[in-house]
Amino acid sequence: MEKNSQPVIEVRGLDVGYDDDIVMQGLNFKVNKGDIFIVMGMSGCGKSTLLKAMIGLQQPFKGQVLYDGKDFWLDAEQQSIMQRFGVLYQSGALWSSLTLAENVALSLQLYTKLSREQIREVVALKLSLVGLEGYEDLYPFEISGGMRKRAGLARAIALDPDIIFFDEPSAGLDPVNAKMLDDLILQLRDVLGATIVVVTHELASIFAIGNNSIFLDADTKTMIASGSPKDLLADSKDPRVIQFLTRGNKPGA
Amino acid sequence: MNKEIPSEKLTFNYLPDKKTLEFKFISDWRISAGLPELKEAVLQLSAHQDIKQITFDSFGLTAWDSGFISFLMQLVKECQHRKIDVSCQGLPEGAEKLLKLALQVRENVTLKPEREEKLFPKIGSLVLQRIDSAHLFLNFLGDLVLSFTKLIRGKSIMRWDDFLLIVQKSGANAFGLVSLISVLVGMILAFVGAIQLQLFGAQVFIADIVGIAMVRVMGAVMAAVIMAGRTGASFAAELGIMQVNEEIDAYKTLGVDPIEFLVLPRVMALVLMMPLLTIYADLMGILGGFIIGTGMLGLNPVEYLNRTQQAVKLNNLWVGLVHSVVFGIIIALAGCFRGIRCSRSAAGVGEATTSAVVTGITSIVIATAIITFVCQVLGV
Repeated sequence: MEKNSQPVIEVRGLDVGYDDDIVMQGLNFKVNKGDIFIVMGMSGCGKSTLLKAMIGLQQPFKGQVLYDGKDFWLDAEQQSIMQRFGVLYQSGALWSSLTLAENVALSLQLYTKLSREQIREVVALKLSLVGLEGYEDLYPFEISGGMRKRAGLARAIALDPDIIFFDEPSAGLDPVNAKMLDDLILQLRDVLGATIVVVTHELASIFAIGNNSIFLDADTKTMIASGSPKDLLADSKDPRVIQFLTRGNKPGA
Repeated sequence: MNKEIPSEKLTFNYLPDKKTLEFKFISDWRISAGLPELKEAVLQLSAHQDIKQITFDSFGLTAWDSGFISFLMQLVKECQHRKIDVSCQGLPEGAEKLLKLALQVRENVTLKPEREEKLFPKIGSLVLQRIDSAHLFLNFLGDLVLSFTKLIRGKSIMRWDDFLLIVQKSGANAFGLVSLISVLVGMILAFVGAIQLQLFGAQVFIADIVGIAMVRVMGAVMAAVIMAGRTGASFAAELGIMQVNEEIDAYKTLGVDPIEFLVLPRVMALVLMMPLLTIYADLMGILGGFIIGTGMLGLNPVEYLNRTQQAVKLNNLWVGLVHSVVFGIIIALAGCFRGIRCSRSAAGVGEATTSAVVTGITSIVIATAIITFVCQVLGV
C-alpha cells in the first residue's frame, strides 16, 4: 500500500453519542497528511462528542476510526496510537498540581529515555515555541486563560505528535490571542509536518486555517457538507451551511 | 356603567358596550418598587364573562423595567388561555417591543419528555443503577489490581514522588488530629469504665479496659473515621476536580492510565499509613486512659503501666492491624472511585465528596462488625 495515498485518519460509518442517545450518525470522512481539517457546526451539535470518539475518550456505538489503516477501537496497541497524538483541550486541561514545565515534561519522562537535562531543554524549547519561555516554574492557576491554552499546546506537542487535535481553540480568547493561536497552528503544520484536526465554530479561524472540513447538523444528526470551507461558502447550496458560514444571513433573504 | 376598583398601581375600567377591559398602570412599576399580584387582574377577567378584549393605558406610568414586562407576559398568557384579544397600543413603545421579543415562539426547543415517577419503574431503575454502579466498581477494582501487578513487575509508570507526597499528606500531616481524638477517646473509655468499676472497688482494671479496647478496635476505628473525613474526602475532591477540568481526559489521551497514575499511589499510601496511624492512635489512647487513671482515680502510674502490659496481648495488636489495613483499603477505594466517577459540575464534586465520606464511614462500621464476629468465631 502506498503511504501517500492512504489518509492519516479515516472515519467510516461512525455513530457516536452518550448512554442511549445517538448524537451523530453515519459519519464518513478522510483526513490527509498535512491537512488542517475543520469539524464545524452549531454549538451543541455533537462536534466534541465526535472528537471524543476519535481520541479514545468515548467508545462509538458503531463504525470505525482508522489511523493509517489501523482500527483504533479494536487495536491492541490503542495506547501506542494515542501516544502519536497531541490534544489541546477547550479549557487547556493543564494538570493543576504540576508546574508548566512539569506539565510539558511528563510525557517525555514517561515515553522517552532522555536525561533530566535533555528533558529540561526540550521543555524550554516547546514553551518558547508558544511564547512562554521563562514561565517554567509557574502553576496553571497563576497564568491567564490565553497563556493556559498556549501551555496546553506546548504540552500537546511535547512528543512531536503526527496528529494534533484542537477542541475549540479560540473559545474564551480575545481576537488577538485567537489570531496568534491560528498562526501557531499553521506554523506547527509546516514545521512539524503534523496533521491537524480542529473542532470549532469560529468563522475567522475556519477560513484562516482550514483546507478541508465537514459540517455537522444537529437536526439530521449527521454531516451535511464536506470540503474546503472557502469552496463550501462559494458553492454550497445548503441553506444551513450558508447561514452558518455567513453568520446567520439567510440565503436569498 | 363604569366601575373602578382602586388599587395602588393598577386600576381597571370595564366598558360593557365594547366588551373591553382597560388596564390603567399608575406610578412606579420597577422590580425594586414592588409589583402587584396577577390575581387582581385575573379576578377582573373572571368577573366579566363576555369580555372580548383588553387594552392598556399607561399615561400614569412614571417608570418601568423588566418587572413590568413580566407582569404583562403573565397577563397576556392568561388572556391567550381565555381567548381574549390583547391590544398593546397603550403601552410605552419600548415595553411593547420587549414584550413581543419575550413572547416570540422559540425555534428548535426540544425538551426530553419527563418520565412519570411511578413506584415500580422507580424501584426498577434504582436497582438497575445499583447493578450498574457495582459493575463499574468491579471494573475499577480490576483495573487497580492489574496496575498493582504491573507495579510489581516493574512496568508501572506510577511516580514514586507522587506516592511519597501522598504519604506525607495523608500520614504525617494527620498526626495532630489523630493525637487529639485518640487521647480524648482513651479518656472517655477510662471515665465510663471507672464509674462502673468503682462500684466494686476494681478501678485498677481501667488499664485493662482502655488498653484492650484501644488496641483491639477503637484505635483503628478512630483513626479510620478521621482518615475517611480527611483523606477520603480529599481524594474524592481532588480526582473530581481533575475530572471536571478535563485533566483526567488529558492523562488518558496521553496514553496514561489514570488508575495506575492517580489511584494506585493514593491507595498504596493510605494502606501503608493506616496501620502506622493506628499504632500511634493506640498509644495515644492508652495515654488518655493513663491520665485519667493516675490523675483522677489515684492509681499508681507504674502499676497502671504494668497492668496495661499484662492485659494487652499481642493477638489484640494483630486484630487491630487487620482492622486498620481493611479500613485503609475501604477509605482509599471509596474516595478514589467516587472521585473518578464524578460528574462534570461543581455539584458533582460535592456529591462525590459526600458519598466518599458516607460510603467510607458506613463501610468501616460494617467491616468492624464482620471482623469482630469472625474473631469471635475463631476465638482470637
